[in-house]
Amino acid sequence: MAIEVKLTATLQKLAGGARSVQSEGSNVREVLEDLERRHPGIQDMVMVDGQIHRFVNIYLNDEDIRFLEQLETPLREGDVLSILPALAGGKI
Amino acid sequence: MLSLPRSFIDEMIAHAREDAPNECCGIVAGEDGQAVKVFRAKNAETSPYRYSVEAKDLFRIYRECDEKRWSFLVIYHSHTASEAYPSPTDIRLAFWPEAYYALVSLERPDEPVVRAFRILDGEVSEEEVRPV
Repeated sequence: MAIEVKLTATLQKLAGGARSVQSEGSNVREVLEDLERRHPGIQDMVMVDGQIHRFVNIYLNDEDIRFLEQLETPLREGDVLSILPALAGGKI
Repeated sequence: MLSLPRSFIDEMIAHAREDAPNECCGIVAGEDGQAVKVFRAKNAETSPYRYSVEAKDLFRIYRECDEKRWSFLVIYHSHTASEAYPSPTDIRLAFWPEAYYALVSLERPDEPVVRAFRILDGEVSEEEVRPV
């Protein structure tokens, strides 16, 4: 099913500059695999050791998928995923 | 060079003072490179040493900016007891190379300092902040 994926600048570079791209998949994992085929490099930016990178947030519509079923979160036609790097730092 | 309305700079300093001794964090949205709005964000760490924009709050701000076709022009946070310069952790976790990273230092409480940087691939370069 068709899913829209919104990207920030770092990932836009891998997708020819597009703010959002179309993808296919029945869950988040499948969409990330599909994105990797279309725009190589994306998966490495988003995942590490088969899990979502600690400093990457993925939202299904307006819900953080960490509070859903993470990579196995099921998707429906027309859903929107947003991939946002964390905003974080500190002295230690 | 980063041009910011004086009121935005004052707002970042006010935010830093209100959240002290914890670090504050937030975003200045931009439209065509011009600052248009300051968003205070919730620091999920509630710590004097760490900041992390709470995930739900990050999305709230992102969605408003996305709808208005604004970008994250500046990502700011405070150092309440050290200088306004990115720490090694700030550099390691700078995942938004398109944004300016601004730091508000309250090291000298009566003389707050705001400085801005680009952080690209671990390299820090200072950008002049020009109040307008």
